[in-house]
Amino acid sequence: MNSPAIDTPAAQASTPVARKSRRLAPGWFLVSPSVALLLIWMIVPLGMTVYFSLIRYNLLYPGENDFVGLENFEYFVTDAAFLSGAGNTVLLVGSVLLISVVLGVLISALLEASEFFGRGIVRVLLISPFFIMPTVSALLWKNLIFHPVSGILAAIWQFFGAQPVDWLAHHPLFSIIMIVSWQWLPFAILILMTAMQSLDQEQKEAARLDGAGPIAIFWHLTLPHLARPIAVVVMIETIFLLSVFAEIYTTTSGGPGYESTNLAYLIYTQALLQFDVGMASAGGLIAVVIANIAAIVLIRMIGKNLTDKQ
Amino acid sequence: MADLKIRNLQKGFDGTAIIQGIDLDIRDREFVVFVGPSGCGKSTLLRLIAGLEEVSSGHIELDGQDITDMAPARRDLAMVFQTYALYPHMTVRKNLSFALDLARVGKQEIETKVTNAARILQLDALLERKPKQLSGGQRQRVAIGRAIVRNPKIFLFDEPLSNLDAALRVQTRLELARLHKDLQATMIYVTHDQVEAMTLADKVVVLNGGRIEQVGSPLELYHHPANLFVAGFLGTPKMGFLRGTLNRVEADNCDVQLECGTHLTLPQSAAGLSVGSTVTPGVRPEHLNVVSTGAGRMQVTADVSERLGSDTFCHVRCTSGEMLTVRVRGDFAPRYGEALTLDFDTAHCHLFDADGQAVAKPLQQAA
Ligand SMILES: Nc1ncnc2c1ncn2[C@@H]1O[C@H](COP(=O)(O)OP(=O)(O)OP(=O)(O)O)[C@@H](O)[C@H]1O
Ligand SMILES: [Mg+2]
Repeated sequence: MNSPAIDTPAAQASTPVARKSRRLAPGWFLVSPSVALLLIWMIVPLGMTVYFSLIRYNLLYPGENDFVGLENFEYFVTDAAFLSGAGNTVLLVGSVLLISVVLGVLISALLEASEFFGRGIVRVLLISPFFIMPTVSALLWKNLIFHPVSGILAAIWQFFGAQPVDWLAHHPLFSIIMIVSWQWLPFAILILMTAMQSLDQEQKEAARLDGAGPIAIFWHLTLPHLARPIAVVVMIETIFLLSVFAEIYTTTSGGPGYESTNLAYLIYTQALLQFDVGMASAGGLIAVVIANIAAIVLIRMIGKNLTDKQ
Repeated sequence: MADLKIRNLQKGFDGTAIIQGIDLDIRDREFVVFVGPSGCGKSTLLRLIAGLEEVSSGHIELDGQDITDMAPARRDLAMVFQTYALYPHMTVRKNLSFALDLARVGKQEIETKVTNAARILQLDALLERKPKQLSGGQRQRVAIGRAIVRNPKIFLFDEPLSNLDAALRVQTRLELARLHKDLQATMIYVTHDQVEAMTLADKVVVLNGGRIEQVGSPLELYHHPANLFVAGFLGTPKMGFLRGTLNRVEADNCDVQLECGTHLTLPQSAAGLSVGSTVTPGVRPEHLNVVSTGAGRMQVTADVSERLGSDTFCHVRCTSGEMLTVRVRGDFAPRYGEALTLDFDTAHCHLFDADGQAVAKPLQQAA
């Protein structure tokens, strides 16, 4: 058993050797397998997508794979579906963010402020929708809540003597926003509730002595304290909300028309319903660009807030 | 005006009594210090006064008005927390003006008060900074400033210096003493540092286990501790205690036979105590002397010594096993295990009965 302190001479003697061997076997040599794997993992699909997007590639016309330049992009962007798809995506992401952040802050503030019997159970209940698969929750909403005959909302409408609404047919995007919000609100609550517990109690007490009531404390202490967790919620949710798919697929199938089609769903229709792989690849690349723009904007806006030491 | 009266105050958490019946009067412009060992309920008592905890039973009166159930904000008290509890996302200026903003005080008045507080605490150059850009001492001053701008009836401090380094603590202690004089404010100050208690206080309240052990001026407590707890708690190093039995009781003196063999005649009137009862004489380290062999009162063996430069604290063991501490010159350091002879003036001796209560000592001692 040699402690490093004891064999200092030996260590000194071995230093030149170590330096030499480091030059011979650089660190990158050791990490290269994983880096290579990652690169291949990323480059190959991306390269194939770029390649597909530049050729005519429709599964209905095999063999006609000639180079068409940016034609796929042109068709995808000028298609009427693209504009509504992009608009729906923005609307969906924006509304769900708004709903989950605002309600998330309010609900977690209420939970934090009040002591009542069964608070632990309520917390678990509030968070549980997050653990339900998107397909399952979409089906639950479709059949148990929105359904014009058997849904709960229909029963309520009937109770008041009103004509039940076929939510998914008449307000498709609104319905999907509801479903997705229901899924993501728990995430916001989870993050914000944890953050709220880390608010220094003495600050609150100091504020109470300074004459601040519950609302003033919420406004002047709790909200600024939550700025960072809210940024986290917005960032993570945006990433996932840009690619909402299962909820649309299981409920409205993007319809009626393109009323509830977002970009992810549009690409799917191009590729697997119209068998136009070239166009779908072009759409995919556009979606990648949009997601990156969103990410850059978010990191510019919020990332500063995140790295800024409190 | 700020006259605080606390009457039979009690507080329990989940059935455990923490504050067990406190009666205390705090007069206008007094600097009152609560001291006591950790967990004795100092902070809890302060928070009860501030209104941050609900009282279980008893009353708190401020200037004749019952404030027991009043909301903290309406009591007109300001508190400085141990962790400062500054609002992290507000500038120093905003931190100082927060209470006034909430009270909708006029802009002009806020400006004057904030500038004034900043000048007193030398915060002028820091007004636009955030708390995280301040040093510990500066944060501390902002916390005090936040109390000053409100011009409260009573300032409450909960161990405000405990997060500062030693040098800064001494400096801030002086500043607080000056502030107390300048503002002519009433202050209640919690600490477990007895130097702070002795130097700052007009009145020291020694707490133990949720009860008041003794209330008095620092020197009163030093010279006339009411019981063993106060005697042992105040003074560094601690007072040394010996075991003995009463031999003879007179009107103005008494004889004590110590277990280590020494015989003492103390100027205390142990009236009420019976001959033969156990007593505990106590001597402070500064009143013990090391003398040449044969001249002193008792033989001891040197234990470890702590050399501080100016003084040396020798820990010594009596023949009957009690440990005493002796304060001697800085250049004196006995060997470990060396035999020493101690002497002391019986006028400086304290005497406690079997229950730990002090046996009355003639008063001229206080001088
Ligand atoms: N909110 C609470 N719930 C339950 N017990 C509490 C609570 N606050 C304090 N206590 C208990 O009350 C006792 C006194 O606490 P307190 O904070 O007043 O001590 P302290 O004298 O200020 O000690 P320290 O010098 O360590 O700050 C402790 O035993 C503590 O465990
Ligand atoms: Mg405390």
